[in-house]
Amino acid sequence: MVMLCAENLTRRFGSRTAVDGLSFTLERGEALGMLGPNGAGKSTTFALLTGMLEAHGGRILFDGQPISPTDPAFRARIGVVFQKPSLDDKLTGRENMKLGAALYGLPGRVANPRIEKFLEMVELTDRADEPVERYSGGMKRRLELARVFLHEPELLILDEPTTGLDIAVSRRIWSKLLELKRESRTALLLTTHDPEEATLCDRIAVLDRGRIIAEGTPSQLAARVGGDVVSIETDEAEPVLADLNARFGVDARLVEGKLVFEQPGAHELLPRIVEALPGRLRSISMRPPTLGDVFVKLTGRSLAQESTKDEAA
Amino acid sequence: MNPPMASTSAVETTAAHIPARPSGIARELAAIHVLWQRDILRFFRQRSRVAGALIQPILFWLVLGTGLSGTFRMQGAEGVGYMEYFYPGVVLMVVLFTSIFTTMSLIEDRHAGFLQAVLVGPASRTSLVLGKTLGGTSIAMIQAVLFLCLAPLAGFSLASISWPMLIAHLVLGSAGLTALGFAIAWWLDSVQGYHAVMSVLLLPLWVLSGAMFPPPEGTIMATLMKLNPMSYAAAGVRRALYGGTLPSGASVGGASAALELAVVAGMFVVTVALSARACRRPS
Repeated sequence: MVMLCAENLTRRFGSRTAVDGLSFTLERGEALGMLGPNGAGKSTTFALLTGMLEAHGGRILFDGQPISPTDPAFRARIGVVFQKPSLDDKLTGRENMKLGAALYGLPGRVANPRIEKFLEMVELTDRADEPVERYSGGMKRRLELARVFLHEPELLILDEPTTGLDIAVSRRIWSKLLELKRESRTALLLTTHDPEEATLCDRIAVLDRGRIIAEGTPSQLAARVGGDVVSIETDEAEPVLADLNARFGVDARLVEGKLVFEQPGAHELLPRIVEALPGRLRSISMRPPTLGDVFVKLTGRSLAQESTKDEAA
Repeated sequence: MNPPMASTSAVETTAAHIPARPSGIARELAAIHVLWQRDILRFFRQRSRVAGALIQPILFWLVLGTGLSGTFRMQGAEGVGYMEYFYPGVVLMVVLFTSIFTTMSLIEDRHAGFLQAVLVGPASRTSLVLGKTLGGTSIAMIQAVLFLCLAPLAGFSLASISWPMLIAHLVLGSAGLTALGFAIAWWLDSVQGYHAVMSVLLLPLWVLSGAMFPPPEGTIMATLMKLNPMSYAAAGVRRALYGGTLPSGASVGGASAALELAVVAGMFVVTVALSARACRRPS
């Protein structure tokens, strides 16, 4: 059953359209990842859904009814996790939890057992009475998650939930999220520029320049790549590129200084390429396609490249 | 995120069908209460802030008071020394500075990210204003009461102070100033900008309130002071310290006690409305 439905959401900043007629649906207990580089419109979409920004067009339906994301009744049913921790550093972990519960109007008798339960779940019970300013980045993110679970949201909206965290912390956070999704049928809507993180979702919408350019399960999207990804490093990119395309009938492109193409049964082709171009290759490798490759295939640009470029700008 | 707002919205705004969980009013009250509690907790947790809040007005009063006492003479009340004259002004300054500092935390909250958690929650923006205003007012009152313990040293007997009048002025005055600070902090993006606005707007208002010197009769200054709402708070605090009667020469153009309180109450209503309106705009 569809829980959240966005129809034609649009938001402009001056002459730039950051979100351009975005439509998607999300079912109860489903995880939808919005994958795209910085500047693709993910953060604006997040802000529109959480009511931090007003839409210039389109509408949002929740349980089939049009709603405003600033409606308190809607907000009471969703939980929002920001990329940047939204905790009070001077207060302890437990005090932050109490504050979070009170902001959602939960009385103490309801909130207190939940506070202990979720502190336990994110493994912060031991440190709950320390001021948050003494927490590491990963602990803050875990506390933030524990806090958002307090009012038992039916839908969690998360902005880059594990950006900047190390792999071990990211895995722990994801195991908690998936546990919640499985046990409480909470729907997850998250933005990410990390293809690996997106793979953990049931469905992915690939965003580019404010539009959804592809949507499907991780395997459906990976299948669009059409075979394994072959990547070649060479000092003479242009001539090798021409040779490859002419002699082997592949569709190689130059991406971030490497020649890249997709090929079903690439393992048979690799030895032939190496023999045909002696001394001209520095390295050649193949691997199964990732969502990052899907993005390259769809846009001709790389996710990582776009993200670094935007951060530098 | 701080983009320009657009005037049109195509997102429909009805959701009567969504059952609210805790009732609306209970939730708003809980939010106001917890935001108030947070400001108090934070105040006592920052020891340097508590110490500064106590020492700064005392120093200010002693240094400026003794420094200017030789040259001070108030027309119509020759017996009043500067230490005595300046004391009510410092009480008002305590309230003013506290309000400024508690609302400045709104900018820090936005930068540190805390504010966004409040803004995406179901509590209304008005509750945010009220919680913050209550927090600022409570801290101002704690500091004012501590400073008032020194009133006998300035020549005011604690027993003869008109406490209801004093409390009414301090509560309404600090709530009004906190709400004003909130509105300003909401519009500004940096603590530096906030300091700048405060030093060109609020400090002159305090200096021109009669806190530091009585209105020089027949001058433009006297007219300015009459137009300054903070003058009525300063006069009200002074009147309360004298048990209800102002020494002649210290009144704002002969305003009565009722008028003084009415102006302070009016300022409170206007500034709360202003900040509730300001924060409907996205932060």
